[in-house]
Amino acid sequence: MFVMPMLLVLIVTGMQSGTFELVNKNKLPLLVCNRDTGGASLQFIRAVDTMGLFEVHLIPDTEREELIRERLYRKEALVAIILPADFSAQVNARADMLAGKALKSFGLGDNVTERTETTNETPLSLYYHPVIQESFRRSAEGSLYSALQLVESRQLLKKLYFSINEKELPDTLENVLMSNRQKISEIPVSRNDSRKAPTVSQHNVPAWTIFAMFFVVVSLGSGIVRDKRSGSFIRLKTMPTSYVVAILSRQITYLGVTMIQTVLIFAIGVWVFPLVGLPRLDLPDDVPALILVSLLCGWCAVSYAICVGVFSETEEQANGFGVISIVILAAIGGLMIPDFIMTGTFRTAMRFSPLHWCLDAYYALFLEGGKLKDVWSNVLSLVLIIAGLQGIALWGLKRKNLI
Amino acid sequence: MEDMSPHQPDHITPHQPDLPRPAMQIEDISFRYPDQPDLFSHFSLRVEAGQRFGLFGPNGAGKTTLMNLMTGLLTTSSGTIRLFGHEMKKHQRRVNKLFGYIPQDFAFYQELSPVENLAFFGAWSGMTGAAIHKRTRELLDILGLAAVRHKKVQQFSGGMKRRVNLAIGVIHKPRLLFLDEPTVGVDVQTRHAIVNYLKELNESGTTLIYTSHQLSEAEELCDTIALIDEGRIITHEALDSLLLKHRHEGLEALFLELTGKNFRDQSV
Repeated sequence: MFVMPMLLVLIVTGMQSGTFELVNKNKLPLLVCNRDTGGASLQFIRAVDTMGLFEVHLIPDTEREELIRERLYRKEALVAIILPADFSAQVNARADMLAGKALKSFGLGDNVTERTETTNETPLSLYYHPVIQESFRRSAEGSLYSALQLVESRQLLKKLYFSINEKELPDTLENVLMSNRQKISEIPVSRNDSRKAPTVSQHNVPAWTIFAMFFVVVSLGSGIVRDKRSGSFIRLKTMPTSYVVAILSRQITYLGVTMIQTVLIFAIGVWVFPLVGLPRLDLPDDVPALILVSLLCGWCAVSYAICVGVFSETEEQANGFGVISIVILAAIGGLMIPDFIMTGTFRTAMRFSPLHWCLDAYYALFLEGGKLKDVWSNVLSLVLIIAGLQGIALWGLKRKNLI
Repeated sequence: MEDMSPHQPDHITPHQPDLPRPAMQIEDISFRYPDQPDLFSHFSLRVEAGQRFGLFGPNGAGKTTLMNLMTGLLTTSSGTIRLFGHEMKKHQRRVNKLFGYIPQDFAFYQELSPVENLAFFGAWSGMTGAAIHKRTRELLDILGLAAVRHKKVQQFSGGMKRRVNLAIGVIHKPRLLFLDEPTVGVDVQTRHAIVNYLKELNESGTTLIYTSHQLSEAEELCDTIALIDEGRIITHEALDSLLLKHRHEGLEALFLELTGKNFRDQSV
């Protein structure tokens, strides 16, 4: 109940951190087979290299496609490109054609020959290992297009300059023109005006803490089933107390368990993560809000577990349904896939997952730097969910003549 | 009115020295399960304080249902059930302090020890820590569980679990004890110990309402019996006079004479 959730958070954050670093810090190995002998291909390779996303490995231009595939299977690299023999010629041809069109539209086209669009171009082939996820592939593809555009723009600029001035574009001007791009400043939106970018720990620790809390269903849900089947419920019903009191005391105990889980997991994030090379978890500034949200998340998890226990007939049913339902609710609640990439139906379904409201409240505190006033709507939603789950559990107990 | 229960524990009903007789009075009750015909219709029964009362009948006669009605686990649709004069429906909490219930199932936490189980159920009975501690020692000694007081109950034999079940039911020194087959599945020694302890309890003033299929044990334990079948009382009187009246030497022969030899549980 305590060790496994802590391990889960540590492992998942570590793995996610690896992915973050692959995209943000590490370079993706790229094999380049350059069959072209012109200058455009060399410019292209230089552009790809300076982008910083890839670790470029040049391979012999005679290397056959099968051997390149084999290298990818052996995971020498995850991506490979083959620049065709006519790569430079194609770039030049396209630059000629575009320059011709442009000059003609400027009214300067009498002295230049307009080239027609070529249709039988040999494409640049991009090979990738199937382990690369769609998002990485798109990212790699986008970077290659960007490098290609850079080379083509440079060629186009040279052609235009030559056509107008009948001399080569000076290197200094070329560099000024090509490098003078609009800068992008990344600013994370936060309620406390912090400019610190959220780390993998800020994303993962709250999410998997909620997941761990909801796993009390295994112990609490099956415990209630055991009570029902063993006759302890019956015994308690014949005693001078109300079973509602018994259920409440059990809830308080398990709420305590979820709070201990939370404290331990957060402590791991704060003190152990830096020791294993993971970013330190920064706790929100508003500690009372953090405590309130944690208590409500824990109580929500406990209420859900009580419901599962009340309506399950066997311990196996409680465990099976409990665990699978938590995984499903975590998936649709945005713990596994960010909610902003969900499609319409799933975005609607997400609202029915208690885990979503827990995560939303935690993210407002951990990622947005929010305070209590910023999470009131989440707090209210969680209170309503808890009331609903408690009501359902009481109705179930009454219906089964257990209270 | 004379108090038949000198065993009255101080911590439970300190200001009720003269509880009225009878221990249990069922008056004109009716009960039916959903979508089924009446199991009990205008049913009445009286158990005097201090009796060792046996409730018998074939399978499906309504014994367990009647036991559940008497302990408040089920609710009658009409009529009243009183324990020592207190109406069950109106004073459930107060009534619950007066009786103990030993269900046929092991109704305790197997993953806890006898001491922990007794502490838990003692607390729910409204006892204080010191009273629970004292009573736990006493019961574990009497029932031969002192040596295993801190062992998990799940490691126990069937007979030991039965004794734990019994100890929990009497932790708060109830004035009335309901026993649903308290010796089922135990060896001769455990059965003997349980029956002797129940007799001692009765001698100290606890009324017993007992149900079982072990008629030889019933003969040994009960002084009064009621035989019910299909929700009706067939006979209700002192065991000695009943046997004498029907000229039977044993309860089993009398049982067969009064209820017949046909199976009662041929359908589900």
